[in-house]
Amino acid sequence: MIRIEHLVKSFGDLEVLKDISTDVATGEVVAIIGPSGSGKSTMLRCINLLEVPTAGQILIDGMEITSPKCDILKVRQNVGMVFQHFNLFPHKTVLDNLTYAPMKVRGLSKADAGKIAIDLLAKVGLSEKADQYPSRLSGGQKQRVAIARALAMQPDIMLFDEPTSALDPEMVKEVLDVIKGLADTGITMCIVTHEMGFAREVADRVLFLDGGYLVEDAPPDIFFSTPKSDRAQQFLEKVL
Amino acid sequence: MNLDFSQIAPSLPFILKGIIVTLQFTLLSAVFGFTLGTLLSLLKISDIKPLRWFAEFYTSIFRGTPLILQLALVYFATPQVIGYRISPIEAGVITFALNSAAYSSETIRAGIMAVDKGQREAAMSLGVPYKLMMLDIILPQAFKNILPALVNESIALLKDSALVSTIGVLDLMRRAQVVAGQTFLYFEPLIVVGVIYYVMVMGLTQAAQVLERRMRRSD
Repeated sequence: MIRIEHLVKSFGDLEVLKDISTDVATGEVVAIIGPSGSGKSTMLRCINLLEVPTAGQILIDGMEITSPKCDILKVRQNVGMVFQHFNLFPHKTVLDNLTYAPMKVRGLSKADAGKIAIDLLAKVGLSEKADQYPSRLSGGQKQRVAIARALAMQPDIMLFDEPTSALDPEMVKEVLDVIKGLADTGITMCIVTHEMGFAREVADRVLFLDGGYLVEDAPPDIFFSTPKSDRAQQFLEKVL
Repeated sequence: MNLDFSQIAPSLPFILKGIIVTLQFTLLSAVFGFTLGTLLSLLKISDIKPLRWFAEFYTSIFRGTPLILQLALVYFATPQVIGYRISPIEAGVITFALNSAAYSSETIRAGIMAVDKGQREAAMSLGVPYKLMMLDIILPQAFKNILPALVNESIALLKDSALVSTIGVLDLMRRAQVVAGQTFLYFEPLIVVGVIYYVMVMGLTQAAQVLERRMRRSD
């Protein structure tokens, strides 16, 4: 379970997140939506400490990851992340992208890491691409590999930072289908997305951020049909 | 103008032995220089200010003074200061490595900065520690980008290595001078080593192109 308490993040004078508190239960799928600049990505990146919070606490399964005593690397091994721009390692083959961290960080043998990687590539439908370099893949394929790479560390939590925003329209579905498939496996997921239909279908809960505040926190059917705040109503009018 | 290469023909084996000396010297200087340059470049991008200051100060010293002065200092001053009789080869390799490190550290720093920020974030998000991230993810991509610049640096090293002739290393240049002294012919031996330097630089350029092609495999 992820517990976020009074999270504040500033970049210099700019306060991007203002006192955010929420919980994400184990196995829950949370969609984080809101206008650009609202702090969605920053909030997500605080959960694996790619951004260090200015104030407040984040606890994962009761362990305070914002404490200076916490081993950040250990936390990150357990929290997978998928980026908008994939960030595959271009000098490694697809298979090596998947096996690198499990071998070097988790200490798995080449055979074990390879077996996990092959299984995952099959799950995302890219078995035949194992020996290719990322530059030979389409955007949608790259993102599916990136998801598999994060999963290869066998994390309990997956963070998705606008996973389909950099994709051509016809590739969005193949990536969303993979994420949907994951939602049913019981892994905890936080997804920053602009795909409202997807959020509605997949998420157990929707967090709506605006101007650094957590404005709404509701199940998708309630959020999308009867949003409480004016700001959410305006936002939905524009995007739906 | 009457050139007479036949008179220096007997000295040719003597001159050719200088190729080994020059190549050995360049290789050692490049290996130590680029290794040290990589470490310096990591200091330059460090969050710890004193480390950055040190690396920048170091670079300014080696860029701000003539190479031949540095060479003379290391060779002639070392015995005086620390009492160790340094050999010309040692003095040469040390000076050239230290000097090359100063220059290449700037190049390598730029190469590291040019690697997409997302690569670092991806490695971090997988729990990869800093050292492994640098060695396995960032530096291989950085070196690929700056390979042409490093080849230039190596070529400069190869040619500048002729400076060690001034402290008595029997490299190509020195051997040409020795032959000139024995035969009283200057033009011929100098032309011969000039051609040898040129061929070596061309060879290095070719080798670099092959290496670059291999590294572009993943593109």
